[in-house]
Amino acid sequence: MACCNVETIFGLGNIGRKLQVFPSHNYKASVISCVAVGPSQTPQVPWKLVFHEKERSLLSNEKYGIYGGKFVPETLISPLTKLDYEFNSALRDPLFQMELEVTLRDYVGRETPLYFAQRLTDYYKSINRGTGPDIYLKREDLNHGGAHKINNAIAQAMLAKRMGCKSVMAATGAGQHGVATAAACAKLSLECTIFMGSLDMERQPSNVLLMKHLGAKVKSVNGNFKDAVSEGIRNWVNDLETSYFLAGAAVGPHPCPTMVREFQSIIGKETRKQAMEKWGGKPDVLVACVGSGSNALGLFHEFILDQDVRLIGVEAGGTGLDSGKHSATMARGEVGVYHGAMSYLLQDEEGQIIGPHSIGVGLEYPGVSPELSYLKDIGRAEFSSVTDEQALEAYKRLCRLEGIFPALESSHALAFLGKLCSTLKDGEKVVVNLSGRGDKDAAAVFNHTPKHE
Amino acid sequence: MASFLKATYFIHSNSNNFQSHPFPKSYTQRLKISTSPKPLTMASLTTNAAAVGLSQTFTRLKKQGKVALIPYITAGDPDLATTAEALKVLDRCGSDIIELGVPYSDPLADGPVIQAAASRSLNKGTNFAKVMSMLEDVVPQLSCPIALFTYYNPILKRGVEKFMATVRDTGVHGLVVPDVPLEETEMLRKEAARHNIELVLLTTPTTPKTRMKAITEASEGFVYLVSSVGVTGARATVSSKVQSLLKDIKEATPKPVAVGFGISKPEHVKQVAEWGADGVIVGSAMVRILGEAKSPEEGLKELEVFATSLKSALP
Repeated sequence: MACCNVETIFGLGNIGRKLQVFPSHNYKASVISCVAVGPSQTPQVPWKLVFHEKERSLLSNEKYGIYGGKFVPETLISPLTKLDYEFNSALRDPLFQMELEVTLRDYVGRETPLYFAQRLTDYYKSINRGTGPDIYLKREDLNHGGAHKINNAIAQAMLAKRMGCKSVMAATGAGQHGVATAAACAKLSLECTIFMGSLDMERQPSNVLLMKHLGAKVKSVNGNFKDAVSEGIRNWVNDLETSYFLAGAAVGPHPCPTMVREFQSIIGKETRKQAMEKWGGKPDVLVACVGSGSNALGLFHEFILDQDVRLIGVEAGGTGLDSGKHSATMARGEVGVYHGAMSYLLQDEEGQIIGPHSIGVGLEYPGVSPELSYLKDIGRAEFSSVTDEQALEAYKRLCRLEGIFPALESSHALAFLGKLCSTLKDGEKVVVNLSGRGDKDAAAVFNHTPKHE
Repeated sequence: MASFLKATYFIHSNSNNFQSHPFPKSYTQRLKISTSPKPLTMASLTTNAAAVGLSQTFTRLKKQGKVALIPYITAGDPDLATTAEALKVLDRCGSDIIELGVPYSDPLADGPVIQAAASRSLNKGTNFAKVMSMLEDVVPQLSCPIALFTYYNPILKRGVEKFMATVRDTGVHGLVVPDVPLEETEMLRKEAARHNIELVLLTTPTTPKTRMKAITEASEGFVYLVSSVGVTGARATVSSKVQSLLKDIKEATPKPVAVGFGISKPEHVKQVAEWGADGVIVGSAMVRILGEAKSPEEGLKELEVFATSLKSALP
């Protein structure tokens, strides 16, 4: 059960508000009946935490079109069904939601700013005959841990605790999810084991050290992220009673993609509110980098039904799409089944999985979120890619123009502005998801820079 | 307008988890599956030595009061020629069915021994076509049926129908796909039935009873009972839960049940047979012998000794 002091939470500020019903045909506020509290208090549930009927049907649905599902060995089916049930139950639990809200505010540091990048905007206008969009950055790099990963990690760790699990296992690529999970486990006193590919550990050593300091056991797996995920799942299967597999990417068997997206969707919800406050409208274009799709879905999901908002995912083009060394699943993948879900997938003619490459370590994943796969098919989201070189340029550009150092993964989204801005009208609003900060990449960028710069 | 319709399609109604739903047309088109029926080729109709399928094998064994020995090996480790020989050796030693694993880059259900075997095999250049051509040569020389063990993505890549047809042409009788849950098996079962291939389904200690019943109803050939919660790999003892699981399954279905995962010694095999299993599957222990042997010939000799010891522990 939620390990928080109920009286303290209900004593907090101005939360007793009327339930508002959203003016949309499919919305129906669900009534949350009784919550056991102190003797004479009737709980008032804040409107934004009301669990809407429409969303609930989406959440318990296993698939997005043909994508998603639970393609796992039979041993995992029951635990996944149980996880799905616990997840839905936590979402409906106002105490869990309250505790999560407080944690996101006081521990993670939300809400993150929507920052108007004046100099970046001016730069793109100057190379496009003086016109161009207004560029805003959603500062997920300012979260605790330095990336958006903590939004999901802390929520799932709370869920694990609520389910009575003693230990948590997770697989990480660049290390951000590993750090976020280790931090969340330390805070909630859960044992933590992180699986990381040996190649990735060499590329992101600072994150490895951090995880160890945070009390996690770091296990090296031969290969990179995809191998770490496989090994993580195998270890979870061996210890189903007390351990929890904390998915950081919006991939995997149901309910993992849905859970990750749901917990990351706070990004989009805040963005809607902030956009309204800042310019009294909605964003025109949303841009995010796509590895598995967790930060992209976090930003996009809120706006999926807003047909006037363009959703653009930017993948890792590596050394070029034709070089074979990239991670552009949407561009070059085919539909297949991987790590428990059906989605687009980088595979060879035999159906064997291709190891991807990118300078943005966190973007290296041969699959992609089932939800994004579906959005691509129905034409709701567009996908493009940028090369390693372009991402490196974008990193340096943001440093010099705004004094912000973005993660190399997020730099892919920034690099896309080069192609995007010339196609947009003056004053259109673009929000780029700055999914993480780039101290971890400073050395890599330096090593790739010609020495005279 | 179209995008509005698409957006509402996005909002699915919740469907019963256990109900298998047919795939929409767009899906079959995407996967380029030909829906025109293909006549069974002459090759699959010729009487090769192992004309008997999986269920018929079990029926015969039951009449004789025997329990089936079902070894598993990974194709291509140490190489396909050795695999071909190993199949013959295992057949000679009295195996009743042989499971042959197609190596895959990301085997989720497999422990370190079979993972390593798959990697070695793939590095040597083993691919599906080569495994099939090896089987075309060897199957007519075997007296026991073969069941192919493969993950789902390579099947999808080729198209389910084409896959089944290719497999049938080599004379293979059965198929085990560990990462397809019951809900997703409809397409596979349909195509397998059309091509006279028995699709074996797995049930595990974590499977609830109602689901287990549905699985046993849908399984063809036999029911694969996974003995423990975990991946493949030899264990010190067989979990005592297997005994009660066997009882539950036998109450639910008259189909034969074979137990696998973790079984590596004659004592295990004897124990599982005593508990009422109709068949015993031994995988990692076999794979390890072939993989760790000093030479392929040594490996085959040790394999023969091992398989014989297991066979003699069975009624």
